Amino acid sequence: MKNRLKVLRAECDWTQADLAEKLEVSRQTVNAIETGKYDPSLPLAFKISRLFDQPIEQIFEDGAETNS
Amino acid sequence: MNNKNAKTKDWYTRKNRLIYRLAYWSGAYVATMAVANFGPRLLWDYNQLLTIGAIILNLLAGIGMILVNIQHLNVLDELMKKIQLEVMGLSLGVAIVAGLSYSLLDTTNFIPFDAEIAHLVILVGLVYLTSIAVNLRRYR
Repeated sequence: MKNRLKVLRAECDWTQADLAEKLEVSRQTVNAIETGKYDPSLPLAFKISRLFDQPIEQIFEDGAETNS
Repeated sequence: MNNKNAKTKDWYTRKNRLIYRLAYWSGAYVATMAVANFGPRLLWDYNQLLTIGAIILNLLAGIGMILVNIQHLNVLDELMKKIQLEVMGLSLGVAIVAGLSYSLLDTTNFIPFDAEIAHLVILVGLVYLTSIAVNLRRYR
């Protein structure tokens, strides 16, 4: 699943460690989400959505929907 | 905001504290195992009361280690839980499959020595360490 997490993080001038701390996850988890290696759970996606004050669908892009 | 920061710090502090506690209990388990294993021969000349006491102490340390490990797993974030799940699944699978095959080799006299459980523990430990390293690299 593609996402705009890296862009949003950069806009806030946060490091991966900063974002990880705010989301209460490890820096590795933030990196894995940004690079698309790991899709976050719904609760974590909502947490990200609340943190950046944007709807989930504006942060995460459903690859299957885009392809169809 | 301060409340949120404090909560976040709490999570990191709790996680780190549990890592230290897990290391402490693992160390206690290994130490009591060494005492229970070598004590009868080297320290108390096979006194049964001391031997059973050392074994019970080792068992209690093992139970403590398991409980702290569960707490540690519960405090991990979701990716780390996923990694641990995959690694533990692999380790358990190897323990059962390799352990039973090893036992069969022993009972059918294909190997000239007794199948020791210590060999299995070493194998599972190596599988666990290797697969943790591979999985951490995969998601890096």
